[in-house]
Amino acid sequence: MQKLIDEIYRSQSRKVLATLIRLLGDFDRAEEALHDAFVEAARTWPRDGAPSNPSAWLVSTGRFRAIDHMRRRSRFDVRAKDVEDSLYPAAEAEASTVDVIEDDMLRLIFTCCHPLIPADAQIALALREVCGLTTEEIAHAFLVPAPTVAQRIVRAKSRIRSAAIPYEVPDESELPDRLQRVLHVIYLVFNEGYSASSGVEFIRADLTAEAIRLCRTLLALLPDAEISGLLALMLLQESRRTARRGLSGEIVLLADQDRSLWNQSMIKEGFTLIETAFRSKTVGYYTLQAAIAAEHARARTAEETNWRRIVECYDLVLRAWPSPIVELNRSVAVAMSKGPAAGLEIVEALLSRGELRNYHLAHAARADFLRRLRRFAEARLAYQAALDLCRQEPERAFIRKRMAEIPSDGETSGGESQRCGRS
Amino acid sequence: MKYLCLVWCKEGTFESLSKDEQEQLDRNSLEYDQDLERRGHMIAAEALQPPANSVVVRVRQAEVSVTDGPFAESKEQIAGFILVEAKDLNEAIRIAAGIPLARLGSIEVRPIYDFGNGS
Repeated sequence: MQKLIDEIYRSQSRKVLATLIRLLGDFDRAEEALHDAFVEAARTWPRDGAPSNPSAWLVSTGRFRAIDHMRRRSRFDVRAKDVEDSLYPAAEAEASTVDVIEDDMLRLIFTCCHPLIPADAQIALALREVCGLTTEEIAHAFLVPAPTVAQRIVRAKSRIRSAAIPYEVPDESELPDRLQRVLHVIYLVFNEGYSASSGVEFIRADLTAEAIRLCRTLLALLPDAEISGLLALMLLQESRRTARRGLSGEIVLLADQDRSLWNQSMIKEGFTLIETAFRSKTVGYYTLQAAIAAEHARARTAEETNWRRIVECYDLVLRAWPSPIVELNRSVAVAMSKGPAAGLEIVEALLSRGELRNYHLAHAARADFLRRLRRFAEARLAYQAALDLCRQEPERAFIRKRMAEIPSDGETSGGESQRCGRS
Repeated sequence: MKYLCLVWCKEGTFESLSKDEQEQLDRNSLEYDQDLERRGHMIAAEALQPPANSVVVRVRQAEVSVTDGPFAESKEQIAGFILVEAKDLNEAIRIAAGIPLARLGSIEVRPIYDFGNGS
């Protein structure tokens, strides 16, 4: 029975929490009620058997416990009495709607990613309340102290209270903007897992898995082309996870990866999702990025990559969503289709604009183009600039390895394979 | 995870309350302890006698010295503790915020090292 309860906790506790937040009007009270409901389940289910609808049972038990608790406390505490008075009629009126659980998950996701909550707190809140990670797990994943994450979460919750952020799915006029923000939070979580910003590990599989899971949940609740696009993008990137890391944990670039290690079922699902997204006629940012990732996934060898088509996709992205990072990625694709001199021209123009001056990958790309043009002395300096800016150990090791491979000045060595770009 | 909730108070906080307030605080504290017990959070809870009744022990070069130590003079004192089991730091914070003495003093939440499963 405990195994069943654990299983239900894993699969249902977030949905039950989402509904309890709506019924009780408060995150902390709902968390307490959720805990109480599971304590009660552990006490009574072994004796009475599991209920036929466990999540409805947990919701009504949690709600009942919360009200009972407020009643008892109101004997001692005047303020608790006020809270109970405001809470009780609402909860009574909602008594018949304990099973409207799916919408509550959406409410929870949108509330955690509300624009009035600071960005880093949105991420922490989404991971803890929606994905069920502990504060310590989130802190570990983002390499920040647990008290920092804990305070972000506490402040975010008090922000929700003080700003009276409504617990609802935004209406149609607001939905596109708010959805973009939710997708952005999900992609930030994914990216931190896919290429950690610092530390000794460059992939954190737990974060990429959580981001994919969260996106799947969202898509199931709210069919939308861009959600499909983001899920496709993440699946296509995740499909290469095993191949991106060498035996000793080092980075293996796209061109050098063993493509037989790519996860074909993720790739297949990614292709299907992109098709769905393109059928909707409003092609969004993540869908286009997914289309680029799909071009890589389609190529059986690095040489077969259709770089021209990838450049075209980047052109489309840039037209609608100009960004220096996208320009940098495009420069890599341009270098592959037109040669390193064309790529160098773009990245130098970018660097001279100043926006990416502190971004190590911009310097690394420039170094790579210079190396392929056999301008070795300049390449070495550019790698050094990248190294000075890079905080992640495997990437640093990779840059050092590249520097060591550069022939001494004046020499020209043949047979350098063309490699570039992110893995 | 286990967390130690240390209850810090200014010396004399409890004595400055009226008899009614003291009784109510006692009742609320007892009630809260029972709540934590019922919810499976409670591992241990004790109230401590004032630091005036405490001594400080040190061993230096195999010599035992016993003093009333520097702690007796500090303004904030540990009045008691609750050792709780919680899902994570934020749940421990929620539990700590419910301790009636949190309204008079402050609660320090200290995670306990878990050497059991390496996390």
